[in-house]
Amino acid sequence: MHELSLCQSLVRQASRVAAEHGARSIRRISVRIGLLSGVEADLMLHAFPFASRGTAAEGAQLDMELCPVRVYCPQCNRDSEVPSNHLNCPHCGYWQTHLSGGEELLLASIDLGIETDAQTLTSSKPWEVPHV
Amino acid sequence: MCDTCGCAIPDHLYHATNEQTVRTVEVLEGLKAHNDQTARHNRHHFDAAGVLVINLMSSPGAGKTSLLEATIEALKSRYRIAVIEGDLDTENDAERIRAKGVPAVQITTGNACHLDADMVHQAVHALPIKDLDILFIENVGNLVCPASFDLGQHANVTLLSTPEGDDKPLKYPVMFRISDLVLITKTDLLAVLDDFSCAAVAAHIRQLANPAPVMALSSRQGRIEPWLNWLEEQMMKRRTPHFTPVTANARPSGVMRPHVRTHAHV
Repeated sequence: MHELSLCQSLVRQASRVAAEHGARSIRRISVRIGLLSGVEADLMLHAFPFASRGTAAEGAQLDMELCPVRVYCPQCNRDSEVPSNHLNCPHCGYWQTHLSGGEELLLASIDLGIETDAQTLTSSKPWEVPHV
Repeated sequence: MCDTCGCAIPDHLYHATNEQTVRTVEVLEGLKAHNDQTARHNRHHFDAAGVLVINLMSSPGAGKTSLLEATIEALKSRYRIAVIEGDLDTENDAERIRAKGVPAVQITTGNACHLDADMVHQAVHALPIKDLDILFIENVGNLVCPASFDLGQHANVTLLSTPEGDDKPLKYPVMFRISDLVLITKTDLLAVLDDFSCAAVAAHIRQLANPAPVMALSSRQGRIEPWLNWLEEQMMKRRTPHFTPVTANARPSGVMRPHVRTHAHV
């Protein structure tokens, strides 16, 4: 269950970025997880509410983009998507391929709730914008 | 209830005196940035001290501690060895190592399923690393989590004991793909295990595009020579100054690259 410790470091990183931008809350966190990264997306989703409790990321939406395993074959010069336990070239069978995708474990972007001065908004209350 | 408009929407900040707008910030930072940074720091410690550091991984009971006992017995007259022991709850393994006359630091991880670079960093400062030749890190018995955390080691060695079955590399590709050496242990049991094939283990490792050597050992019968030879090779490599020749096609034609010194020439 190393997903909890990864979630904690994710929350720390996101909170630091939020503080750098003067934001008090984080609305959405976007991460990329490779299928060979050793991280289970489902477990990340379960761990996130515990890791984010009491932080700027509490209540944020966690979006995960799963990245497929890809290998580059130096023999036939092709890049292919492969299963995570069969990394040989699916075209020519050459076994010493190079992993070109699937190890990602990346905080891609975050949506920050940026506070704006209340006075500037009195004339244009966004919640009064009619539905169109 | 929201003070501004009186609504009962739970996300009342939207109606609070300070309005919020959403801004997307691109970060593109690794989730293990902190661990990786500490691992680099550890590696710097190890290289400065000139110690070879081996991360031993396997499932629980595959024979990491038994292999270490036999290895220490074989090498302690020539090399100064120490062990960092990762375990969920007990000091048993560290005590077995200390009984062999080498220093051992126990990291009790509690519920953590793996060692991380911070834990190893703390343990390293409890060891006389300047006076060591080889430091073994015995990771927590687990074929999943330890694979995801760099500790600063020079090589990953994964043990696979014969009763576990020869298909483990395909079930745990993350760990077996990053192994620099795979040791099949408890091969004395092969006489009674007719469904385990050492050749199949090697084939599965190649299926993960991993060129790591695969060696068959038995700590109980004292058949660990290939492993000891591999360790000797690693020691030789670490003691030989690196020379990386620039290949012809990597050099920009007609441009002489400046000689950059990162260390003192003596």
